[in-house]
Amino acid sequence: MVERPAWAPQGIDISVPSVSRIYDYYLGGSHNFEVDREAGRQAIEVFPGLPKIMQANRAFMRRAVRYAVDQGVTQFLDIGSGIPTFGNVHEVAQAASPGAHVVYVDHDPVAVAHSRAVLDGNDSAEILAADLRKPRDILGSEPVGRLLDLGRPVALLLIAVLHFLEEADEPRKAVAELRDALAPGSLLILTHASVDGGPRRPEQGDRVEGVYRNIGSPLIMRSRAEVEGFFDGFEMVDPGLGPMPLWRPDPADGGDAEADPVIYTGFAGVGRKA
Amino acid sequence: MRAGQADDGADGLRRFAAIWSRAIYPATATSMTRAEFEEYLVPLAQDLSDALRARPFDPRPAVGVGAALVAAHCTDPEALPRILGVIDAYLLLYCPPQNTVPADEARARCARLQHWTAAGFASALRERTLFEQEAISRAALAARTEAEQALYESEARFRAVFEGASIGIGIADMDGNILEVNDALTQMFGGSEQTVRSRNVNEWVHPDDGPGTWEMQDQVARGELDHYSIEKPYLRPDGTVLWTNLTVSLLRDSAGAPQYMLALMEDITEQRLMRERLRYEATHDALTGLANRTLFFERLEEALDPADGSGSGAARLGLCYLDLDGFKDVNDSLGHATGDLLLVAVAERLQACVTSPGQLVARIGGDEFVALIVDPADRSEVAALAELIHTALADPISVDGRDLSVRCSIGIVEGPAGALGPAEVLRSADITMYRAKAAGGNRSALADPDADARAITRHGLTNRLPTALERGEFFVEYQPLVRLSDGSVRGAEALVRWHHPVHGRLGPDHFIPLAESTGLIVPLGRWVLAQAAQQAHDWQLLHADGPPLRVNVNLSPSQLHHPALVRETVAALAEAGLEPSAICLEITESALIGADEELLRPLRQFAELGMDIALDDFGTGYSNLASLRQLPITTLKLDRSFTLGMQHQPVDPVDVKIVDGIVQLAHTLGLSVTVEGVETGLQAEHLRVLGCDTAQGWYYARPGPPDRLHALSLVDAGSA
Repeated sequence: MVERPAWAPQGIDISVPSVSRIYDYYLGGSHNFEVDREAGRQAIEVFPGLPKIMQANRAFMRRAVRYAVDQGVTQFLDIGSGIPTFGNVHEVAQAASPGAHVVYVDHDPVAVAHSRAVLDGNDSAEILAADLRKPRDILGSEPVGRLLDLGRPVALLLIAVLHFLEEADEPRKAVAELRDALAPGSLLILTHASVDGGPRRPEQGDRVEGVYRNIGSPLIMRSRAEVEGFFDGFEMVDPGLGPMPLWRPDPADGGDAEADPVIYTGFAGVGRKA
Repeated sequence: MRAGQADDGADGLRRFAAIWSRAIYPATATSMTRAEFEEYLVPLAQDLSDALRARPFDPRPAVGVGAALVAAHCTDPEALPRILGVIDAYLLLYCPPQNTVPADEARARCARLQHWTAAGFASALRERTLFEQEAISRAALAARTEAEQALYESEARFRAVFEGASIGIGIADMDGNILEVNDALTQMFGGSEQTVRSRNVNEWVHPDDGPGTWEMQDQVARGELDHYSIEKPYLRPDGTVLWTNLTVSLLRDSAGAPQYMLALMEDITEQRLMRERLRYEATHDALTGLANRTLFFERLEEALDPADGSGSGAARLGLCYLDLDGFKDVNDSLGHATGDLLLVAVAERLQACVTSPGQLVARIGGDEFVALIVDPADRSEVAALAELIHTALADPISVDGRDLSVRCSIGIVEGPAGALGPAEVLRSADITMYRAKAAGGNRSALADPDADARAITRHGLTNRLPTALERGEFFVEYQPLVRLSDGSVRGAEALVRWHHPVHGRLGPDHFIPLAESTGLIVPLGRWVLAQAAQQAHDWQLLHADGPPLRVNVNLSPSQLHHPALVRETVAALAEAGLEPSAICLEITESALIGADEELLRPLRQFAELGMDIALDDFGTGYSNLASLRQLPITTLKLDRSFTLGMQHQPVDPVDVKIVDGIVQLAHTLGLSVTVEGVETGLQAEHLRVLGCDTAQGWYYARPGPPDRLHALSLVDAGSA
């Protein structure tokens, strides 16, 4: 088959579940349709800890964004941002640093349309419809050119998105291309699904992968070494790559006595470009 | 006390909030930290506490508490029992309404606050859910509208491409029914869309369809071939032919099943006509309209190609190579226009001689024609064609009111194909034709391998000669010139040789005439002079004590015509550091017969420079003896024929008398005499007695490398 030309639009089919709306469902949101909820319910059924993992994901993101602002990085490029619900990057970042600039990127047209509505009136944050698989489209875009000064450090967020790129999509090449465009001192903030670590059994991983494969968005579990590979060209910020809750826990979160051990699944880490 | 109460109240409120937070936090999706969340709950606890003690009691502030919790993302239904459970168990304990409210009443109030908290929670959750549902629906709608707009624009672009393309585009279903055509395609077919659309693709058969056209079309229709490109003719409704560059592609649906056939066609009718015209022009002679050299060689190569199943190769072939006799005279005397008319008339008659498809007449040069017969029945058929041509040209041709007789020579080649290449065949025919011409012309000659071989040698030399100088294949030998009075070596004649890579060492007889006719004589002569001058200089260094050795160099008539001869000769001498008197230029007697002043001028200039000039081969050219004194010569070089009679006893007295006379004459004119071809001592002695000055010949030495001369002169010096 010939490849679809760039200017031929992709159709919108809301009878197909979307990973960003399923994510919203995990978080208790209602920015989703029955197909999304059905897929979410199936995934939760095989792996009941999913909503907790998503919450841990967002808590990590919040801590990492605050860390970035503490380090003086106030420009954010969040690729795979999904449906903005609450506690988004721009809210966290702009609460910590009112002038922070954020460019969200997603390739789901509904997520993009919703983001546009949510960000309406915010001059410092913008949504861009583009695909992580084509970094040049992102780097060369108007919002990136306008809101981000690539001569200064940028925090690049790849939260729970790289595991939707198959090897054929060349995810390492995409990350490397983004890295090469960023100034020294830039941060890579990343989480990735994995069957390494955490209490999840590999077969559960297989079944979750199955749910996502069925909806046409395969979920690729990667090993620790593979995830570490994405940090090529970055120096790991302490405490390195590890479970989400262990990454610079916030004393204000109090003891984690009640915390579900499931949130130790997957990997989170922050790297600084040398 | 009140202050203490207030402190107690604030303290209780915080404790309640802490318990409340601990209970709810795990069930919430808030992005707040635990501490932030607890802080967030304090004012809500305050609201409940205030409501508990208010007079009159009003539970509705609890609605706001429920709503605030939803706003903090306590949207999981599991959160609600936690929220209410803590109010039920701990609100009265940590936020007691003091004594103003009886215990029973306080319990009842707490229960009602829970009811309204739940109501507020439910109401806010419903509002939020509806809001979010509406937001996401609106987003989906916006995205869809955007996509549709993009699709619409994309379709509009496609439509514009389709309609505006200068290339013809047509779409047919898999049965070949034409569904849509664009304007360009309609125009190609004459402008009626209806005419085009009413036809099925499979009806468009044309007699000139290329082989395989419809097989490929059928394969596409069966879904076995994805596309093909061909040149295809179509019959237009008005009967004219449309030639197209056609590309047919199979369009499949998303599941890969064949759906449509797409035809892209470009009108190449004009191009094709142009191409055919160019092809015709490239393969035909503009003057006579006959096939030209290019087409002739194409056919010849086809015929010579071994028959390998492609069917083009022939078993035998025959060739008549024809050249008009004396055509140059026609051109010279009557002008080129008349010559051209004659050629056209000849071409017409020749064309009339060939009738079968296996025959071709071509004009391959000015007045050279060739007739090719593929697969002749036998040799006599080719000879018969040559005869037919002679007959056809026998009647005078009327041009511009003159009757011109045409004579021609024909070389005939006939034989099995595959034995020779095209060039060899043509050369053989060419040589044979010259044989016919040499035999008097207006006749045919049949190719003969032996005769060819002799001629080919000459051809081979001719082809090789132009590059031989660059390749350094020439060299110079020296034959000593001996003074007869004392037998001492006076100098030598430089003689050029060709070391031919195939034929070996060749003397000047073999190639000087060729060099003369090709003009190579000028650079070759220049080269020989430079070599000889250098050699003379070297000898002078070796013989610094004796009389200077001189070198004789031959000058050809063509060189005399070369305007730069004097300048180049002087330059060569200067280059070698040789004075002009060390050089003697030899020019044949025949070259100077009837020479005008123009031709003699370079010789006079050479003489003025102090060079010697010898008249070579004297006695063979019937020269006007009276004119000898006008020539700027210093030496007569007597032809060997005059002294043959003196080689052996008895000596021919006539020869003696003639030579005696010539020597007298020469000396009278102040010229010295050199004799060539001296082969015996007897001969040498007679010539010495007769007063000849110098001699050369095998008796003294054959021509050889320059160091031999050195050895010879040393021997001479020793014997003297």
